[in-house]
Amino acid sequence: MASTLPTCHKGQRTVGPRQGLPRIPPRLARMAELSRDDVAHLAGLARIDLSDAELDKMVGELGVILESVATVQQSPIEGVEPMSHPMPLVNVTRPDVVRPSLGAEAALAGAPEADQQRFSVPRILDED
Amino acid sequence: MTVVDTEATISYDDVLASFDPVMGLEVHVELGTNTKMFCGCATEFGAEPNTQVCPVCLGLPGALPVVNETAVESAIRIGLALNCEIAEWCRFARKNYFYPDMPKNFQTSQYDEPIAFNGFLDVELDDGTTYRVEIERAHMEEDTGKSLHVGGSTGRIHGATHSLVDYNRAGIPLIEIVTKPMLGAGERAPEVARAYVATLRDLLKALDVSDVKMEQGSMRCDVNLSLMPKGSTTLGTRTETKNVNSLRSVERAVRYEMCRHGAVLQAGGSILQETRHWHEDTGATTSGRPKSDADDYRYFPEPDLVPVAPSRETVESLRATLPEPPAQRRKRLQSDWGFSDLEMRDVLNAGLVDLIGETVDAGATPAGARKWWSGEIARRANAEGATDVASYAAERSITPAHVVELEGLVKAGRLNDSMARQAWEGVLDGEGTPTAVADARGLELVQDDGALEAAVDKVIEANADVAQKVRDGKVQAAGALIGQVMKEMKGQADAGKAREIILAKLTS
Repeated sequence: MASTLPTCHKGQRTVGPRQGLPRIPPRLARMAELSRDDVAHLAGLARIDLSDAELDKMVGELGVILESVATVQQSPIEGVEPMSHPMPLVNVTRPDVVRPSLGAEAALAGAPEADQQRFSVPRILDED
Repeated sequence: MTVVDTEATISYDDVLASFDPVMGLEVHVELGTNTKMFCGCATEFGAEPNTQVCPVCLGLPGALPVVNETAVESAIRIGLALNCEIAEWCRFARKNYFYPDMPKNFQTSQYDEPIAFNGFLDVELDDGTTYRVEIERAHMEEDTGKSLHVGGSTGRIHGATHSLVDYNRAGIPLIEIVTKPMLGAGERAPEVARAYVATLRDLLKALDVSDVKMEQGSMRCDVNLSLMPKGSTTLGTRTETKNVNSLRSVERAVRYEMCRHGAVLQAGGSILQETRHWHEDTGATTSGRPKSDADDYRYFPEPDLVPVAPSRETVESLRATLPEPPAQRRKRLQSDWGFSDLEMRDVLNAGLVDLIGETVDAGATPAGARKWWSGEIARRANAEGATDVASYAAERSITPAHVVELEGLVKAGRLNDSMARQAWEGVLDGEGTPTAVADARGLELVQDDGALEAAVDKVIEANADVAQKVRDGKVQAAGALIGQVMKEMKGQADAGKAREIILAKLTS
């Protein structure tokens, strides 16, 4: 996925959170104007099969939700570091020691279908 | 509009006449940690399906991941060995996609904050020239589950009715190592690609962070390739050929895609940015899926994990654990052992460096160690389908000490070379130590000089013409006499001694 990832710039990652990147991801910024195509695309990514009627309905409903959420964008955030975690913690790790697993029976207990001790799922055509 | 056949190819020479290749290699390596990246499940290869899974790696609600300390250390060591800078602060990110190989519906990876970045790896080619591969980044992520497609005939997706998923592999720590675009390799691009992956594999092996078995998938390579018209500096559209899983395939896949891109571009077509599948049997690639935009993965910082911020002291203490770089070690050993380039290459290709090293340390001569580990035992290991001599020997409890002992028997004058070979065969047959085999098989040089002299006299008498040549100064003719003497002694004599006696009798 090399070229889909941003190039690393040394200056961005020396100390503390990144500087100079847009605070609002582009998709979020224009979400208030969600189009029917956007919804169809997202449904495709989520592998949800929406009918035309459902698509129309979702465009409207999602639009309202996004408009409400967009209020957040009016917050005065000048000088506030972006936050990805509420606790100021770093380096929380565990030692590399094996702990008991669930066991196949328990692991598969919640599977809608299982076969040969594996989770059975519908085939997915467009990928391998 | 003309329709361009996107699956045609042109000759390699034709590609090179008009285009320069640009490569980008992505290598995924599974770390050899005891446990997974974010949970304490075991990582044993080949375990029964879904026996190494827990709420964390199954993505059950409420389960919380915790980072494996050893995996982070391995990632940093890999970064340092690749001459990278190590991030002072970085986070994990969720890469969202809906596919049953990841039960969480996202893969925990790193996005714009990799643990290691901006490095390089110098790759030595067969002719001794060096190509520097610039490293873009090395980041931490987790492996996905394994799907078995059923209902079809071949286990592939086409024709399958459903898929069976085993999540034992889901969550195993992966390091993805991404190069910057590799330019200027020209006609040597396939060779450079192969040499890079081989060099990287050796490095990871020396770091002892992974078993780097391409055939078992613990090291996997994706090949990005594009062509630029000669003289141009604008990168062309690339394709990404997935899961190219042997060194030879890396070389072939680069070459094949060069020839295919060349055909499309020369016919006036354009390359579709897509993933391609490599087929080992046909040596060709076929079209996969169109490449998703990074946007479609909706990356965002993983809220269940806190940042990784290795202190500079930690980084430096990890740097101190780095082994001697493999290329440097090879040069040092070759010089210490006095091997020719060809001998050293054979030893490397046979994977004998460590075994010879141990044998020399145990007291054998380098030449002896090379000789005994690369002759009969290599033939047997190969014939019996062993992966290499070292594992073949280990399985049969054949050790460096055996080689040292065998050499000692020759040095002490008890065995000649052909007897030593017989003793070694006995060792390989499981008959015990070289001494035990020599005792059991009655291998012993005749130490009685009287018997040897008598044999020499007899041979000189029977071969008067040859003896005369030696007397006349044609010393190399003595070889024929030595052969006769050895025959007379039924092989149980020291050929060197026989030579001495013959020359003493004929030339003094």
